[in-house]
Amino acid sequence: MKILVCIKQVPDMESRFKVNAAGSWYDTSDLAWRLNEYDEYAVEQAVQVKEQLGGAPEITVLCVGPERVKEAIKKALAMGGDKGVHVQDEASFEKDPFEIASVIAEYARSEHFDLILTGMQSQDRGSAQVGVLLAEMLGIPAVTTIVGFTLENGAVTAKRELEGGLKAVVKARLPALFTCQLGLNTPRYPTLPNIMKAKKKELAALAVADLLKVQPLAVTAKMTLPEKKAGGVVLEGEIGELADKLIGILKEKTAVFK
Amino acid sequence: MKALLVGEYREGKLLGSTYETLAFAQKIGAAAVLFAVGSEGDLPRFDGKLYLADAGRYGEYNPPAHKALLLEVIAKEKPDLVVLSHSSYGWDLAPRLAVALNAAQVSEVVDVRDGAFVVPACNAKLRRQVRPKSAVTVVTLQAGAFGLTGEPAGTPAVERIEAQAEGNVEFVGYEPAEKGEVDLSRAEVIVSAGRGIGKPENVEIIASLARALGGELGASRPVVDAGWVDHSRQVGTTGQTVAPKLYVACGISGAIQHLAGMKKSGFVVAINKDKDAPIGEVADVLVVADVLQLAPALVEKIKAL
Ligand SMILES: Cc1cc2nc3c(=O)[nH]c(=O)nc-3n(C[C@H](O)[C@H](O)[C@H](O)COP(=O)(O)OP(=O)(O)OC[C@H]3O[C@@H](n4cnc5c(N)ncnc54)[C@H](O)[C@@H]3O)c2cc1C
Repeated sequence: MKILVCIKQVPDMESRFKVNAAGSWYDTSDLAWRLNEYDEYAVEQAVQVKEQLGGAPEITVLCVGPERVKEAIKKALAMGGDKGVHVQDEASFEKDPFEIASVIAEYARSEHFDLILTGMQSQDRGSAQVGVLLAEMLGIPAVTTIVGFTLENGAVTAKRELEGGLKAVVKARLPALFTCQLGLNTPRYPTLPNIMKAKKKELAALAVADLLKVQPLAVTAKMTLPEKKAGGVVLEGEIGELADKLIGILKEKTAVFK
Repeated sequence: MKALLVGEYREGKLLGSTYETLAFAQKIGAAAVLFAVGSEGDLPRFDGKLYLADAGRYGEYNPPAHKALLLEVIAKEKPDLVVLSHSSYGWDLAPRLAVALNAAQVSEVVDVRDGAFVVPACNAKLRRQVRPKSAVTVVTLQAGAFGLTGEPAGTPAVERIEAQAEGNVEFVGYEPAEKGEVDLSRAEVIVSAGRGIGKPENVEIIASLARALGGELGASRPVVDAGWVDHSRQVGTTGQTVAPKLYVACGISGAIQHLAGMKKSGFVVAINKDKDAPIGEVADVLVVADVLQLAPALVEKIKAL
């Protein structure tokens, strides 16, 4: 059995974002980078399947992006992935989800993966497209937004999260692709020995130009900061003072102390 | 400009989000036709053509079948835009259509500006304008971004639609929401804990602030997923929709799925150490502070009142 996990590296969402000089994306200098949260659930699920099947499946972790994304791949390898594939692309941020999915499909087509796991979306772009696009391009079933996953006899029973706490239980035969949602599992922390082991794992580098066969279908015309809503009060300062001010406001504007 | 709007049914009932696609079409001045896999018993109020496929036959969740049906309608109507909600149904179906149509897909549209679709990025700390380059574009709309100004009216002219549609994902059934320890929808004061509280031991700090204010403890999703707080206390799209007189968000960034559950609150206080956190957009008061320091200070001062 062969498993593919597609991951992305994203900035820490608590960063202070600035728009780049071209006005086309966020400025990437001075950002701390992480493995996309939703992808951590995908990596964890792959490792759990490997454990369930007695270590037989081989887990390939793939990431399209610039040099720094190797760090994200190494984290996934330290969590239990077997080998990494880095599709080198310094301009991945300019590519639309259709191009990214096409690049991955081009790689995956000849590899015949039985199970493909992705995050349901990335934290920076949030398009929630690449997983489904990839499955459609490969002609395999896709199940999105899963919060439950049980593999039995070559089929997966998955729970899809709908709105308002309702879930849909669905079943798909492998090969199939699943996009992973928060709460699917509890991603493990890489241990030090596993971080050391990950350094020795294979990390293949592929040039994006060799895999990109399509034109973009959409472009980012502009990136802006949201317009600030007027009216909200912002309080800053020392804790004791802040507490007094806030209590004063609550007394004046709400009925909680009456 | 012609838009094909995709309505949504859940357990036989039309979802209100269907009307948001209608509001969107009105806003951009597009002529609209509707499509839905649903039931004759609950039709949308709409003055136009509705292509209706039978949910009994095609299932409420059967993306390959729904894709096949939509492709039939698209071949007949030749729309410029196909419009869905950014929901568990919409974000699942939209990319499938995009591949079949070789169309651009734009997710979670909140506005249209200079012919480009505006979408959030980085947890709504940024906005991106996306320009499609394909003949047809498939868009999904952020929940609540487009609302109808008046009550929708009219009776649709129903045209039944059928297609050869084989599914490769089998729908087994629905699993209802778990019943939990509280009903937050009745609470007048809610103090919610977010991931910013750091660790489960700190839940008690937020809970004691809730008690001091005479309210209930709420939580954002990561806190619930991690098992620190019961699911019934989760506020948001996949949790509770609440409308307290006072909502205090502690260490919560303000992701759209969280805001969707609490935006009907009367007065909103956010305590966050990040001055740029998107929760600031909806807060009446944003206190820039470490909540683990501020909350105990508040509790002490409230007790002394
Ligand atoms: C389909 C879908 C459905 C979802 N449904 C829901 C839902 O129903 N409800 C929900 O809440 N989320 C939901 N989410 C998740 C949502 O997108 C966010 O991931 C989540 O709301 C983030 O929770 P948070 O704000 O607690 O954490 P984070 O986004 O991690 O934010 C933590 C915040 O705490 C602040 N902070 C850190 N330390 C401190 C400190 N010491 N003092 C003060 N502030 C501090 C940080 O500045 C940051 O702003 C859903 C997501 C998806 C994709």
